[in-house]
Amino acid sequence: MRTFRKGGVHPQENKLAHHAPFEDFPLPKQAVLYATQHLGTPSVVIVEKGESLKTGQLIAKGEAFISANLHSPCTGTVAKVEPAPEMSGYKKMAITIDVQEEDVWEEGIDTSPEIDREIKLSSAEIIEKIKEKGVVGLGGACFPTHIKLMVPPGRKAEYCIINAAECEPYISVDNRIMLERTEEFLVGACILRTALGLSSVDIGVEHNKPEAIARLKEVAADFKGINIHTLRTKYPQGAEKQLIKAITNREVPAGKLPIDVGCVVDNVATALSVYEAVQKNKPLIVSYITYSGKSVAIPKNYRVRLGTPLSQIIEANGGLAANTGKVISGGPMMGKAITNLNAGITKGFSSLLQLETKEAKRFAPVNCIRCGKCVDACPMGLEAYLLAPLAENSRWEDAEQASVMSCIECGSCQFICPANRPLLDYIRLSKNKTGEMIRSRVLK
Amino acid sequence: MSLLHISGSPHVHTNDSVKKIMWTVVIALIPAMVFSFIYYGIDAVRVTLISVAACVVAEWFFQRFFLKEKSTISDGSAVITGMLLAFNVPSNLSWWIILIGALIAIGVSKMAFGGLGKNVFNPALVGRVFLLISFPQQMTSWTLPSQGFMNVDAATGATPLAVIKSAMNAGEKPTELLDKLPTYAQLLIGERGGSIGEIAALAIIAGGILLLIRKIISWHIPVTFIGTVFLFSAILHLYNPDLYITPEFHILTGGLLLGAVFMATDMVTSPMSGKGKIIFGIGCGLLTILIRVWGNYPEGVSFAILIMNAFVPLINKGLKPKRFGQ
Repeated sequence: MRTFRKGGVHPQENKLAHHAPFEDFPLPKQAVLYATQHLGTPSVVIVEKGESLKTGQLIAKGEAFISANLHSPCTGTVAKVEPAPEMSGYKKMAITIDVQEEDVWEEGIDTSPEIDREIKLSSAEIIEKIKEKGVVGLGGACFPTHIKLMVPPGRKAEYCIINAAECEPYISVDNRIMLERTEEFLVGACILRTALGLSSVDIGVEHNKPEAIARLKEVAADFKGINIHTLRTKYPQGAEKQLIKAITNREVPAGKLPIDVGCVVDNVATALSVYEAVQKNKPLIVSYITYSGKSVAIPKNYRVRLGTPLSQIIEANGGLAANTGKVISGGPMMGKAITNLNAGITKGFSSLLQLETKEAKRFAPVNCIRCGKCVDACPMGLEAYLLAPLAENSRWEDAEQASVMSCIECGSCQFICPANRPLLDYIRLSKNKTGEMIRSRVLK
Repeated sequence: MSLLHISGSPHVHTNDSVKKIMWTVVIALIPAMVFSFIYYGIDAVRVTLISVAACVVAEWFFQRFFLKEKSTISDGSAVITGMLLAFNVPSNLSWWIILIGALIAIGVSKMAFGGLGKNVFNPALVGRVFLLISFPQQMTSWTLPSQGFMNVDAATGATPLAVIKSAMNAGEKPTELLDKLPTYAQLLIGERGGSIGEIAALAIIAGGILLLIRKIISWHIPVTFIGTVFLFSAILHLYNPDLYITPEFHILTGGLLLGAVFMATDMVTSPMSGKGKIIFGIGCGLLTILIRVWGNYPEGVSFAILIMNAFVPLINKGLKPKRFGQ
């Protein structure tokens, strides 16, 4: 079975919502849409207070090169256009919408359930459509998808890879999409490969999803040029560089992009959004999320409109259980702890996790015993036990020498550390400071 | 509702801890300890108790009165040092010599460097070598294993390696001494002279298997250490069987197994990477035979490991893991 060679850990999988079909979460009373929900230049808000909106109407425009459009996820009126606190607690420009109960869809959007398999558009038209409909990478980084598909001059796309590893514990979104929306997902994958001018697409799935693999193989038999790779279940199998290594045996050089080795990687939910954008003219206005964790009574998977406040999902499930110690956006390995539960759901939000108090609290760190487990666990071949003290002592030049900038922040080192050293905390600090140093040197 | 925690990722942690690792090592040492109790009786119990107690108290003492920091004696590392130190001395050693050994092991080798994780040299070995140099006579007068607690007329004698060493120094051929030496079967179950914990090869191997299963040690150091000793001594033996004893004998005698399984593999004082561990193990093996065959001491394991401990920073620096994409 394929996998990346070096490093990796095996956190408890806890795929509690693995078998829970998607439910449509009810429309919220009020939706909070942060104007910028992608990586890149902020979008420009084009609606005003009091304006009435249709579902799918453009409300913020990505005008710069690396930017993305944002559409109204519901029908209603703009209540406010002013900064609102996001999940981290920091304020960001936001459009608050008073939501009307019935959806009135923007013209041209196909809301019928029929599956359209025929790809009519050319590569350039597909990319334009994806841009127009505000599709971004839903694997976590939210990088605008159309940018990835525009291969820079001098580079050539050789592999179109779909990341279906879903290696983070708990999260079951991609698994459910592959099971419930198999055909649409595969059409989406084919659209992506067409956009890249390729005739085949490679889908990498961890072998802890046997039903999804069987279903994909069954449906893919009707398609041409879909390769399904069963990958060993090992974290971080779904990290872009590790996935490329597992499927193509190519290594993305340090500081380079996947396209430098001829690869473009998109995840499962992105492929589905691409299908909806291109075949159904539907903008990205929903998130597919897993609601799970040890303090959640019944773990579920939801299709939820963007802007829905997190607190509504929690309340709809009986409120925050008393033994909840931490609420996380994303998986337990790379997700972010949430400080503001009233924040609205954004593009790329994949999971709302509630950890129990006893697992939420970190253990007290003790001296490093130089066991080398962090070195063995690092998929990038770094030495966390050295990088952390370099950060503690502000030795940024030495940190650069020790390749701190190659860290993908997967957290394997800190996960495995028996001395409970806050390794990744220090490495993040180091990446920040070392990156600053490198940039200022380039500017000189 | 209680307050929620906020921290950076990862939000989950493996169930492992330094405490668990150390106490697992203690458990892995128990088979060897039991064998030592069987063969050396109450004497071995006495030495082990004094050594462990002295190490734990020494650690508490230095942390309380010198370093003024929270005590870490519950992590079990001082217990390991105590057990290993006891395993490395003869069973008839006076209590005050053991105390000095414990003080040197914990005080000089461990706490002076900043405690667990910061020491360069294996504490138990530093204690042992200090005693070996300071009290050569007491440290090399071995009680031969008696048949348990009942036998009071314990005889003293030399270890198998010391027998060979003195024979070689006197110009005798080791092959002529075979009747004076224990058989391989006796070596495997510990019927021979030696330090308390080094005598029963089987018990040490059992402990090593537990450590391997629990991933506290990896195969690299034990295999390369023992393998190098085997190869090197086999070459010598093939070259001149009259002068050099068999490789099997080298492996089963002295503290080789104890050293290769429990001391050279000490996380703190061994290299980080697999490659580094292989070099470390080969270095230990070569030095052990060099000292045993041509050195002044009959036994070379302690010195070999301590010398290689000193090379660990260099090995770590020289053998970086291969960076992804570089």
